[in-house]
This record gives sequence, C-alpha cells and structure tokens, in this order.
Amino acid sequence: MKLLAFAEQREGKFKKAAYEVTQAGRRLADQLGAEFVTLVVGHDVAGIAQSLGGFGAQRVITVQDARLRLYSTRAYAKIVAEVAKREAAGVILFPASQMGKDLSPRVAGKLEAGIAADCIAIKVDNGEIVATRPVYAGKALIDVRVTSTTKIFTLRPNVFTATPTNGAAVSAETFTVELQDADFDARVTQVKIAEGRPDVTEASIIVSGVIEKLADVLGAAVGASRAVVDAGWRPHDEQVGQTGKTVSPTLYIACGISGAVQHLAGMSSSKYIVAINKDKDAPIFQVADYGVVGDVFEILPALTNELKRVLGK
Amino acid sequence: MKIVVCVNHVPDTETRVKVASDGRTIDPAGVNYMLNPYDEFAIEAALQLKEKFGGETIALSLGTDTHKETLRKSLAMGIDKAILLKDNSVRDSYSVATAIAEELRTQSADCILFGKQSIDYYNEQVPGLVAEFLGLPSVSVVVKIEPRDGTVICEREIEGGHEVVETKFPLVIAAQKGLNEPRYPSLKGIMSAKSKPIEERIPKPVPPKVETLAMHKPPPKQPGKIVGTGAAAVPELVRLLHEEAKVI
Repeated sequence: MKLLAFAEQREGKFKKAAYEVTQAGRRLADQLGAEFVTLVVGHDVAGIAQSLGGFGAQRVITVQDARLRLYSTRAYAKIVAEVAKREAAGVILFPASQMGKDLSPRVAGKLEAGIAADCIAIKVDNGEIVATRPVYAGKALIDVRVTSTTKIFTLRPNVFTATPTNGAAVSAETFTVELQDADFDARVTQVKIAEGRPDVTEASIIVSGVIEKLADVLGAAVGASRAVVDAGWRPHDEQVGQTGKTVSPTLYIACGISGAVQHLAGMSSSKYIVAINKDKDAPIFQVADYGVVGDVFEILPALTNELKRVLGK
Repeated sequence: MKIVVCVNHVPDTETRVKVASDGRTIDPAGVNYMLNPYDEFAIEAALQLKEKFGGETIALSLGTDTHKETLRKSLAMGIDKAILLKDNSVRDSYSVATAIAEELRTQSADCILFGKQSIDYYNEQVPGLVAEFLGLPSVSVVVKIEPRDGTVICEREIEGGHEVVETKFPLVIAAQKGLNEPRYPSLKGIMSAKSKPIEERIPKPVPPKVETLAMHKPPPKQPGKIVGTGAAAVPELVRLLHEEAKVI
C-alpha cells in the first residue's frame, strides 16, 4: 500500500500546509506500514523537493510543465489522479486549502474515491484510518471512515504540526503526464495577492474587531464578525464564523466581539483566545482563556503600546 | 441560456447542536431549517445571468419533502421552476453529487451554480464532483463572474487574494459571499412562487463512500480567567500571553 501526499506550492514556494500534510502523511504511512510518496506539481519545482525531507518526505515525485506555473483545476486533477493510479496509492492527502478543496473532489471523481474533508485529526485504529472533522462550523465533530478502495483526506491548515527535523535526503523523480488544451479549460491567468497582512486561514495570530494597528504590531491577520462585514466596514474575506471562515490560529484576540453562536463556531478551536469586551457577561468570555472587561477603545491603545514595548518594536 | 441552481435545506445558523440518540447525527428537535446561505449568492447569480442572456432558471434540490420550503424560496426570489430529487437515504458528498449529476445529464444546462458549501456538513465537495461527473470545467469560491465574448472570466478567493480564472460555458460555479447582493423575494415573487411547478423525481440509491462512526461535541473549553478591568489589566494580559501561554 502507498500513501500519496499532495504538497501545495505557489510561485515555487511550498505553503506551510504542504509541510503539514507531508509530516502528517509520513506519520500515517509509518503507522499503516505504507510506502510514503509526496507529489509536487508546478513549473520548475524540482529544486524545492529536497526541502520536504525535513518534514518526513522520502520519495518525491514532481510533475512539471510551463503551463502549470499557475493553477488549473482539471490539469492538476488529471496529474494527481494519474500519479495515484501509477503508484496504486490507496490513500491520498491534500491540504484543505483553497487549492486542495478545489482539486480533491475532481480527483475523487476520477478515482471513485470517498473524501473526508477538512480533517482536524487523523489516526489509525485497527489498521484503518479514522478521521475527525468539524460539522456545523465546529459546533459538533464527527469521526468518519472512508470505505472506498482509494481514500482521500484533506487536512485543515494550521492544525497539524510542521516541525522541521534533520530529515534524510529525499529521492526525487520526475513524472510526465500528457496534458491537452482541454485540461486547461478553467485556467488561472493571474493571481492578485493583497499586500500586507496574512490571510485569516493561515495566520498564527488573528485580531478580530476593527483594529488594524494591533494586528500590525503582532503581524496578525485581521478577522471580523458578520455584523461589521455586512455593514461594509470590513471585506467579507475577513469574516470569521459559520458563514465566513473557520479558523484555528495559535492566538485569537476578539476585540469588542460579543460572541454570537455563529462567530464562536468559527473560532473556538483557536489554541488561545483573548476577549476584550465591556460586557462582562458577553458569551465570548465563556470560550476565552484570558479576558479583559472594558472599553476596547481604551484598552486597545494600551495593549498596542505594551506589545510594542515587550516585542521591542 | 439554461441555468440550474443547486440548493440545500440546512439547519439555520442559530442552531445549538445536540447529538441525536443514534450518536451519529444531530437531533432535529427544535431545529429550524433554511435555504443554505451561500446558495442565495448562487440564485442571485443565476437571476443576473438570465437578465443578461435570457433563458430559463431551474432550482434543484436533493432531500425530503421539507426541501420544498427552500425550493419555494428560490422560486420566490425569481427562479422559474424547481425540481426535487426526493430522497431520505444517508448520503455523502459522492452519492449526493452522483444523484445531482444524473439529473443534470438530462438538462444540458449552460451554467450550473452552487453555493460554495453547505453550512451543515462543510465538505465543499459536491460542485467539483458534479463537474467531474459531467466532464465540465468548474470554478469554486467564486466572487466575480464576467461573461466576455465566448469566454467567462471568474475570480475565486484564495489565501490572501484572488485568482483570475479564464473558462467557458457550459460551466459549474460555486458561489462565495461577496459575489453579489442577493435580492429579497418580492411580495409578487412570493405569491407567484405558490403556483410555480415543483417537479419530483426519485433518484437512484447510491451507497456512500464515507461512513460516520460517531458525532460528538467538541471538548468544552476550560473556563478562562478575567485578567482585570480596563487598561490597567493590559500589562498583566501581555505578561500572561508572553510567559504563560508563550504565544507572543
């Protein structure tokens, strides 16, 4: 049996989620007694394959083509499915990133594979993989098993560890997959990256509220509640909660957010939560590790200054 | 242009989830159901495409008779007709997509729209699976649709930005919040929805490929501490984050 991990790269650089999937994949492969294979797809990416060794990669397959410099759903899906077939991979792991979530169902359709999506834990129980995934935006969790011959799991970014070790050198191979024009019928022509702050789904610290200075001191992403997004004060891609994004940063600072059930669902799996709210009975304090009762407009400048002092900025 | 919007009927976002006695699903007692919020963006996109190109809009849902409520809302927003794939079996994304694709094969739609995900099971898999089964291009998490001389330019959200995707009809699109401002059903729309047809069909049974072993509530967070009140509490808060939690 083989386990195949898809290591996502953009612009010739691995996403942190690629290291997370590689490390989780290696651990799982060892538990299953499976051979571990990592796949990198893109243009001119063979040079970066070695860096996966530190995260447990052993054999890395790269598929390269100038047309793969930017993402194309069907071309990428064809490659992953072809490699999985040639390798007879029984298990395929993707990051549950925007690329992984777009790609995995198309691969699943080609391989008649069931998918456990957006897993936050994955283990081997009696020789079988059992994955835990949030439903209802994290208000409940389900343990699932995939019953098809080929099994796909996507792993939520920022939840699994990616700790580099002095890994052995990887054995890198290049595969060729025939690609036709039809494989590029939904083709990315341009990537527009907003400058400045990290994305809420990738950031290790999120400051939520209307508070950019504090976010910048911490190098944090800015999050928002539905109310401020619907009011047009913050862009919708910052919205955290049941109809926004579900996030799991190391530190989540909720400023003036009362903690509606929909918002709590989206952020309560954060490792540490700080709540600042003038209402001492606000539900946000129920999930907060540290709470400060008071007016955010008074507390935030003090917090920003204190952090600058402590962090030496 | 023939446009099909696939809609789902889901517990509303106020729902406080209780695990049912089977230990695998939610207890439906006291739960209100509604049109999946992301599907409203898909419906609005369908209506705008019809306004631009003419044609027909169809809402399609898979589930029990209760889904008619969501189909009626779609009709009230302006969708022309509705199809219910009547089914109460346990399905996963794969078997849902199989049933939807089977119906869509008979429709030959130019554009198939979904909300980017259902807010119950959060899989985000069905649109991509349906597109794969139909052999069509697909774009997910779409915040912009711009048909232009035989091509369609979409923008999809990615981490920290957008991807511009060039594609063409027939096409599967999964709509994200921000794509448009969904209209409210007008009184006239609500009245006329009552007389619009809802066709019913029975989809083929398909066994799921993912099995739920157990549903449980996330472990409750330990109650935290109130560090203090007002700006005076800030130095202690920062000390705790730095020395106790070690997160900054």
